[in-house]
Amino acid sequence: MEKYISLAHGDGGERSHRLIRDVFIEAFGDSNASLFDAAAITMSSHKIAVTTDSFVIKPIFFPGGSIGKLAVAGTVNDLAVSGAKPAFLTCGFVIEEGFPISDLKQIVSDMANEAKKTGVSIVAGDTKVVERGSADGVFINTTGIGIYEPGMGCSLQFEEGDAIIVSGTIGDHGVAVIGARGDLGVTVPIQSDCASLNIMLEEVLRETNGVRIMRDPTRGGLATTIVEIAEDFHLTMKLNESSLPIKSEVHGVCDLLGFDPLYLANEGKAIIIVANQEKDKVLEILRKCPEGRDAVVIGSVIAKGKGQLLLETPLGSKRLLTRLSGTMFPRIC
Amino acid sequence: MLEILKQSNNPEICKPLVEAVIEKAIEFQQKFGRKPAFMEVCGSHTMALARTGVKQCLKDVVNLISGPGCPVCVTDQRSIDAMIALAEGENRIICTFGDMMRVPGSTRTLVDSKISGKDIRVLYSPVDAVKVAIENPDKEVIFLGVGFETTIPIMTLMVGEAEKQGITNFSIWMTTKLVEPVLRFLLDAGEVNLDGFLLPGHVSIVLGEDAYQYLVDDYHISGVIAGFETAELLSSIYKLLDLILSEKISIENNHPSVVTKTGNQVIHQWLEKYLTECDEAWRGIGVIPNSGLDLKTEYEQFNAKKRFSVVVGEPRKTKCRCGEVIRGLITPNECPLFGKACHPMNPVGPCMVSTEGSCSAYYHYMRESF
Repeated sequence: MEKYISLAHGDGGERSHRLIRDVFIEAFGDSNASLFDAAAITMSSHKIAVTTDSFVIKPIFFPGGSIGKLAVAGTVNDLAVSGAKPAFLTCGFVIEEGFPISDLKQIVSDMANEAKKTGVSIVAGDTKVVERGSADGVFINTTGIGIYEPGMGCSLQFEEGDAIIVSGTIGDHGVAVIGARGDLGVTVPIQSDCASLNIMLEEVLRETNGVRIMRDPTRGGLATTIVEIAEDFHLTMKLNESSLPIKSEVHGVCDLLGFDPLYLANEGKAIIIVANQEKDKVLEILRKCPEGRDAVVIGSVIAKGKGQLLLETPLGSKRLLTRLSGTMFPRIC
Repeated sequence: MLEILKQSNNPEICKPLVEAVIEKAIEFQQKFGRKPAFMEVCGSHTMALARTGVKQCLKDVVNLISGPGCPVCVTDQRSIDAMIALAEGENRIICTFGDMMRVPGSTRTLVDSKISGKDIRVLYSPVDAVKVAIENPDKEVIFLGVGFETTIPIMTLMVGEAEKQGITNFSIWMTTKLVEPVLRFLLDAGEVNLDGFLLPGHVSIVLGEDAYQYLVDDYHISGVIAGFETAELLSSIYKLLDLILSEKISIENNHPSVVTKTGNQVIHQWLEKYLTECDEAWRGIGVIPNSGLDLKTEYEQFNAKKRFSVVVGEPRKTKCRCGEVIRGLITPNECPLFGKACHPMNPVGPCMVSTEGSCSAYYHYMRESF
């Protein structure tokens, strides 16, 4: 097989056929579903969840993951935090001419491994090749279909005193990717938290009552995601700054560059808002899993009626947290 | 080290410190019949005081005034317009610190120029600009040299590296600023009444403690060199109050782990070798003689101002009062644009966009009290 992707791999002819056969079907399995123009799938539920996400990360391989792992985990997590059991994925690739086929194989293998781990089937896919310079290596879109099982959803009904839990340290992915770009001039010993959370979150929903909502704080970070919840459900929520789980290395990089960990991306974390009396049970379940071992309560719902998120500093003063406003840029000094 | 910094934010240490500062400030008030007024010179201090809640906790007893310490904010509008115009030239790569990207020029920002296809690169490590020049020998690579004494040494490093490697397509658009001339300007102008300065921790690593003696000798005002963690900020404010109440005037070094008496001598040699004092225009102030550093004539080949001609018109006039904010004359919320026409998504002045800007700090951390 050739070493690099050429435009011919996207022309629908023999090379396309071989690429699909030797790279994609090789990794994802030769299911009947993937052999025709559309996948035929059977589902047990009449209520399904559908989500789609595109992945354009740079670099495509980073400590703790790759664009392939991310493309599966990201979509799986969107389904899982919605309370749906991830079942099927489709994937669309836009590949730049000249992209190494060995890298493509690694990416596809990462996708297959993550899909296997999470129990989802990749049932349909598409490949397009664009001229060199028209894309940056490879872009992947995945669409996920999940099944809502009876009694497994989030109530979306909130009460004062509800606890806000985050499943682990924040900002790891953002810092790992900045570090992997090699622009910092220092080595950052941080791995991305990129991980699928569906099995852990499914257990939370199955074993506890009182989960109000779950979200994954990806782009925009923890603060942006919780601000959205506060506004959507007209809640005043408060986070305690001293409870926020942040690795020292992440703190260090943020101090150096003027970034705020509250706004850095995460790819393997969940925010769970739960009835106060159920919080210990939820924490116990999360902490049993490697992805949730640093889970902690970071705040609470303090009032209904006004959509705002407050942060209480270690000194006891409070300030308003807002959505991320624009790209975070490294500062001068 | 990170553990030590963590301890500096430990509520068990910081909360009693707040109480101690409040007690001292009340003592000041009883003695002088007014609140003490201190200026934090450094933009990172402005941010840290607001983010940690120190400013909010002390607002009733200490007037903490933000000074001209944010390098982007003090840059004159015409200079910002010139840097954006520079990026419009053909066959150029502009390298910059991220803070500059969204700073509003009279007609556009560097982000706008980048979107329109200009090659503008945000660097995490500025010395990489030389690398960019090596990798792109057919392009002119220009670094936007904005900054105070903390950042200026990096520019000399870049020039040294470019000189060593014989690189001819690299230059710096120098628009640097020095702390002493602007503090002298503020004190000479007498527009703002101050009881003391919180002196910048980072700049002081370069300058050293002795460099501020002019505050004592010429202006009879005290200063405390402060770090950036909660306990460091609080203890520095405490020290300032203590100096005044015990009727002493001096410069105290409250950041001794990194700041020495005479500063970093190696850096002083670099500055001496490559740079010479020059007049610089400051936002809201105008030209202050000898308030910046420029490349010496023997390094002219690395001076973008000598190599590229940029013509800019009169800056656009707005109601932005960044100039007065920088001079400590008004607080951000006294500007008519604050939080209305001017906010982080649509900054009118640089103080709202820079991560060290007073308006940005006020908007993010202090515009509402709870």
